[in-house]
Amino acid sequence: MSETRDRIGDTLLAVENVSLAFGGVRALSEVSFEIREHEILAIIGPNGAGKSSMLNVINGFYHPQDGAITYKGNKRKQMRPHHAAATGIARTFQNIALFKGMSTLDNIMTGRLLKMHRNFLWQALYWGPALREEMEHREAAERIIDFLEIQSIRKTPVGRLPYGLQKRVELGRALAAEPDLLLLDEPMAGMNVEEKEDMCRFILDVSDEFGTTIALIEHDMGVVMDISDRVIVLDYGRKIADGTPDEVRGNPAVIDAYLGVSH
Amino acid sequence: MLYREAGQFKTDYAADQAIFPILQDRIFLGLFLLLALVAVPLLANEYWLSTILIPFLVFSLAAIGLNLLTGYCGQLSLGTGGFMACGAFFAFKLATAFPDLHIAVVFLLAGVGTAGVGILFGIPSLRIKGFYLAVATLAAQFFLVWVFNKFPWWVNYSSSGVISAPAREIVPGFFITGTQASPVTKYVFLLVFVAILALVAKNLVRGKMGRSWMAIRDMDIAAEIVGIRPLHAKLSAFAISSFFIGIAGALWAFIYTGSVEALAFQIDRSFQVLFMIIIGGLGSILGSFLGAAFIVLLPIFLNNTMLAVDPSISTAIVSHIEFMIFGALIILFLIVEPHGLARLWQITKEKLRLWPFPY
Ligand SMILES: Nc1ncnc2c1ncn2[C@@H]1O[C@H](COP(=O)(O)OP(=O)(O)OP(=O)(O)O)[C@@H](O)[C@H]1O
Ligand SMILES: [Mg+2]
Repeated sequence: MSETRDRIGDTLLAVENVSLAFGGVRALSEVSFEIREHEILAIIGPNGAGKSSMLNVINGFYHPQDGAITYKGNKRKQMRPHHAAATGIARTFQNIALFKGMSTLDNIMTGRLLKMHRNFLWQALYWGPALREEMEHREAAERIIDFLEIQSIRKTPVGRLPYGLQKRVELGRALAAEPDLLLLDEPMAGMNVEEKEDMCRFILDVSDEFGTTIALIEHDMGVVMDISDRVIVLDYGRKIADGTPDEVRGNPAVIDAYLGVSH
Repeated sequence: MLYREAGQFKTDYAADQAIFPILQDRIFLGLFLLLALVAVPLLANEYWLSTILIPFLVFSLAAIGLNLLTGYCGQLSLGTGGFMACGAFFAFKLATAFPDLHIAVVFLLAGVGTAGVGILFGIPSLRIKGFYLAVATLAAQFFLVWVFNKFPWWVNYSSSGVISAPAREIVPGFFITGTQASPVTKYVFLLVFVAILALVAKNLVRGKMGRSWMAIRDMDIAAEIVGIRPLHAKLSAFAISSFFIGIAGALWAFIYTGSVEALAFQIDRSFQVLFMIIIGGLGSILGSFLGAAFIVLLPIFLNNTMLAVDPSISTAIVSHIEFMIFGALIILFLIVEPHGLARLWQITKEKLRLWPFPY
């Protein structure tokens, strides 16, 4: 699969020497890596290695004590999550973070909020330009619903959906923003084989059809080897490997980390 | 005619997003409005209009206002009475300072002023949540009522105990405030005014603004990652909620009671409106109406039945029993059906749609 991706471009995001600590816990220590345009990058590592923290730093959820992040050529130390959203970073969470009381459709529509510009007076009228805008985005949301094959649960409050479908809706909400960089925190955790296959297919399709750059965290090595162009490995907050799936698989440090050899 | 959507194919998304996508619903609503607008004024007596329908409409508006903030945006507020007082006193100052200003404009401007106050008291919501926020809004409640009691400027230094709302016409010849106003004109005006405002509220909640409120309510951190600013979302909810509540307060003073007094907007008023949205349904415009109807009608109903059972029963006992029944109902709704009467109504409709087949 990987060899078809000759369209991988320049660096979209560069992480330089990022360190993050919570009190005495060092979640990340001087981590540096790059994410290139259009690639699928997998971040792997044992539990507590700092993978989720890394995504949280990228989308402005955590603020690192040290280091810098260069995104689309702009260097920054920190930003707010809504600012990250405004610059084209969307994500999903390890523990699903959907709006439980809202329908699938409304959840996906919230992904498009930043693209809606009519002021509240127009919204109060729900007419003319406001209605046109609403319909335009409804169509975009419906395309995502078709793409993810979730037509039948369009109007269902997501709190009532099974876990696997919720993960799918959360991906839909992230896609609705038409992001340049999509961060997925364990998109396949807790899924059965069939659901995992569907999810893999969606991720690959997103990459192929929209050219979205994707960074994902995943524990299932089979999946990682199958879909990613490049893999970075974190262990105790440090990056211990970075390369193609094959390179990483053969890396002794990685094997040690996974077999739990003492440090 | 059966209640079905079969055969009604939606040709575009606009039709699908309509408030009442099913034809039968639209016919029902049309008939209902016709009944309310034509039959009720012709048939209802003064007692029904003045003690049931008029307060029901005013309360519905206040309940819609609180529901926007608490039901849709998840910000618990006990300041409803205080914000209603703002609306009432702002309207009084405006109406007396600018006697030529049309009364509907006075009401709307009183709402705008209250929205400003709402924003001010909404600022703590950026830091605190839930119970603590409720306590902060409680402080707003007491502070606002105190301000209106304390400074005679609010009632133009009038020395009389009762400050009457000035008489105003909605169209020449038809007074809606003051002693000349007939209950029928008041009712018709309120019905139209509240219906329009309810439509505005519905439009807001089904669009961008409503979605950002609900996102904040359901999970504020996730709301932030889709690009919603908590500051904007929460303060806009406070503003728009207060706008509706302020207008409700102005209508209360000018049309329902005819007198402007802070006493009418004490903390028990805040609780009353909160109970309406809990019983009617949090996060539902229809529920705001159902809850208001329920809480306006229940005491009357209980009163009448208890008097029928035992004509010698004292009013104190009646009101105590009322409290107990209210309390029990609220606990029941919170536990059994947190989405209130509106949800029960929806379930009934879903059943009806499938009737007579159980599945
Ligand atoms: N908000 C926080 N407050 C305190 N400690 C935190 C916080 N977030 C993460 N940590 C700590 O940072 C370390 C890295 O956690 P992180 O969630 O990034 O790991 P992970 O690689 O995603 O693990 P998993 O595979 O279990 O999801 C852990 O020791 C964790 O306890
Ligand atoms: Mg994690």
